[in-house]
Amino acid sequence: MSEAFEPRIVGFLCNWCSYRAADLAGISRIKHAPNVRIIRVMCSGRVDPSFVLKALALGADGVMVAGCHPGECHYIEQNYKTIRRYGMLKHTLKALGLEDDRVRLIWASAAEGQQLAEAIDRFVADVRKLGPLNWPANWSEDPAHLAAVEKMAAEHAEAMEVPV
Amino acid sequence: MAERVGVYVCHCGSNIAGMVDCEAVARWAKENVSDVVVSRDYKFMCSSLGQAMIEEDIRKEGLTRVVVAACSPHLHEKTFRRACSNAGLNPYLMQMCNIREHVSWVAQDRDAATDKARSLVSASVARVRRQKPLEPMKVTVNPRTLVVGGGIAGLQATLELADAGYPVVLVERSPSIGGHMAQFDKTFPTLDCSACILTPKMSEAYQHENVTLYSYAELEEVSGSVGSFKVRIRKRARSVKEDLCTGCGACIEKCPRKVVDNDFEVGLGYRKAIYMPFPQAVPKIPVIDRENCTWFQRGKCRVCEKMCQPGAIDYDQQDEIIELDVGNIILATGWKLFDCSRLPQYGYGRLANVFTNMEFERLCNAAGPTGGRIVLRDGKTEPASVAIVHCVGSRDKNHNEHCSAVCCMAALKFGHLVLEKTGAEVYSFYIDMRTNQKMYEEFYCRLLEEGMHFIRGRVAEITDAARLPGEEGKLIIQCEDTLLGRQRRIPVDMVVLMGALEPQADAKELGLRCGISCSMAGWYTERHPKLDPVATMTDGVFVAGACQGAKDIPAAVAQGAAAAARVMGMITKGTVEIEPVTASIDEEGCSGCRICNNMCPYNAIEYDAGRNVSRVITALCKGCGTCVAACPAGVITGAHFNNEQIGAEIEGILWDAGAAAARAGAASGHAAAV
Repeated sequence: MSEAFEPRIVGFLCNWCSYRAADLAGISRIKHAPNVRIIRVMCSGRVDPSFVLKALALGADGVMVAGCHPGECHYIEQNYKTIRRYGMLKHTLKALGLEDDRVRLIWASAAEGQQLAEAIDRFVADVRKLGPLNWPANWSEDPAHLAAVEKMAAEHAEAMEVPV
Repeated sequence: MAERVGVYVCHCGSNIAGMVDCEAVARWAKENVSDVVVSRDYKFMCSSLGQAMIEEDIRKEGLTRVVVAACSPHLHEKTFRRACSNAGLNPYLMQMCNIREHVSWVAQDRDAATDKARSLVSASVARVRRQKPLEPMKVTVNPRTLVVGGGIAGLQATLELADAGYPVVLVERSPSIGGHMAQFDKTFPTLDCSACILTPKMSEAYQHENVTLYSYAELEEVSGSVGSFKVRIRKRARSVKEDLCTGCGACIEKCPRKVVDNDFEVGLGYRKAIYMPFPQAVPKIPVIDRENCTWFQRGKCRVCEKMCQPGAIDYDQQDEIIELDVGNIILATGWKLFDCSRLPQYGYGRLANVFTNMEFERLCNAAGPTGGRIVLRDGKTEPASVAIVHCVGSRDKNHNEHCSAVCCMAALKFGHLVLEKTGAEVYSFYIDMRTNQKMYEEFYCRLLEEGMHFIRGRVAEITDAARLPGEEGKLIIQCEDTLLGRQRRIPVDMVVLMGALEPQADAKELGLRCGISCSMAGWYTERHPKLDPVATMTDGVFVAGACQGAKDIPAAVAQGAAAAARVMGMITKGTVEIEPVTASIDEEGCSGCRICNNMCPYNAIEYDAGRNVSRVITALCKGCGTCVAACPAGVITGAHFNNEQIGAEIEGILWDAGAAAARAGAASGHAAAV
């Protein structure tokens, strides 16, 4: 692992709480690591797990999802759905052979600029420890490799097929 | 067709340019990001010149998309949308890129900040290319307004609106309107009588043809959005029929059950089990306190029923649920007093003659438990010396960091009242005197002349353990006099603790019901602390008075009136534009699996069994996008946040790390890119 490794992290922040917490961190000039690049969504419930996988596949070393605290969702209860998806997503990441710590769900209310900045710093430090993910580089387009993957998928499909 | 994108990087004076190389970002965007045909940096993009620059480029360069890299969209999205609109571009084809709050203000390294700005610009361009023109939805504004809280701020807002001819529903939790101001005797700095200026407003609000007052009622539920909220109010059972009661008070007089009044008289006086909080209560209708009523507790008595000639007593009365449509909501729910017993070193609750500021207000009040005589807890002895301790629970990191804003002036008022009524020596223990409003400093000077003693220093301890001669039977204030630079012990007969103003215990709960948030301290968060202290992040919900932050009566009144003015503006305009960010289902691709149905907390998705498809009811959809993320077929589109747009944003934000970098043969991927 190179010492100069700077993790690239994509952050999905909900419009109502955590994006505003990030704004507040700015307004209050609370310095924090520049590694998290923020994408605004209306609700953490909008974060399709495939967005997270897409970000990792495109070269992110980690993904942060941030929403309103449980019970405080602007849309009543949608962050509970985020919690459920997050659990499944972690499971999927493990199944794919990834460190599931590369994805983190956090809560930050619009008043918690300081807390959000600290959470970002912690997450960046943790991903830094995990090292680069390098998914795109590892994603070989070598025909032999692809063929092997397809064979595996076919065998899997065959095994799953229910006889009529 | 390729889009023609214009990128505008704002310096924000030195706010952004001090940490981000704006010129380099603009140049880079033009050279490296596809479809960018114009890219400029400018000192202040939000100025009229900056906006004119964008408008001119839209017209002359034929821009089809605009990216403004500046501050948070929550600050200036509207400004730039308007600029685009002026030049004939659909406002939803503009994307803001937050390089101030999220980059320059939080970064420490100029190169890293500039890099981050590049990737955010790249993401915004990628996204804006896929944005679609949208039309905001127009909603008619219901002219009826709900005001929550009948203290001075809420009353002011209510009367402003009602006098302008608009219907108002005022909801107050306690049996009477009036709030804390009704408990005061005098108001600083003019020393005019609180009741004299408040009670006319109370009765005016009650009698006003445009005001519907629900006292002893609470706001239970809010749904809908700006212009057309639906609210549910629970009107608690008074056990007295309001339409029959004449307010004669015979029931109260004859009620045999006496109860310590912990609300209005803050524990210093008594009331009956059937009571009005105070004689000037509005409405003048008593309430039965069921927890203390002999009939409700033991099944005997019914004296009040016998005494009531109009037959207004109704023991079987149930809570009433009232559902209403309102266009706007003003929250004016006020404050609560800090529990002074949380500071055991000050002895409140243990040492009899330590009082809180609210207790002292009642002692001074001519209608209070002592008839306005300032006496010790025994009810008869006048104190020969009184200490007033400032900042109890405020300006204290262990409790409340904020300054309660009213205590210095209230302490001066107390000092004046003690000097006027008793001739006792008065000592004020302050950290800083804060008298920065109109006529406040003059009042301070007056008290200096009147002979109130001022000792600068936070009180360490209040004790009854005498150590020196002359301290026996007294309360001793132990404090460092920071002006003299030495410790002092001052024996007094009576201590008044200036307890902090705190947010209401259930402020957060109510805020959530209305979709607004609280600061860390628990005050309601305004839209902008300086430029928009009345509106909140949720359109159609306004705040007034001490629920937004500790403030005195003049400030609460001003804010109440300001909130009313804002609501009037909305009503006069008649319609309000709502963001067209809603979901829609492509019925062609819908398999009728109904997974999305359960995702929606607003029941905005209905299932058409006949055609086996689900459909979004746009009027109910709030646009969170949870159903969009849940649809296994991917046929739900979240307008302005669709999969393609967010996908592009992810690709753009990782422009320097993408699959492209890997394909370029960078074996050590990251090392090469970093």
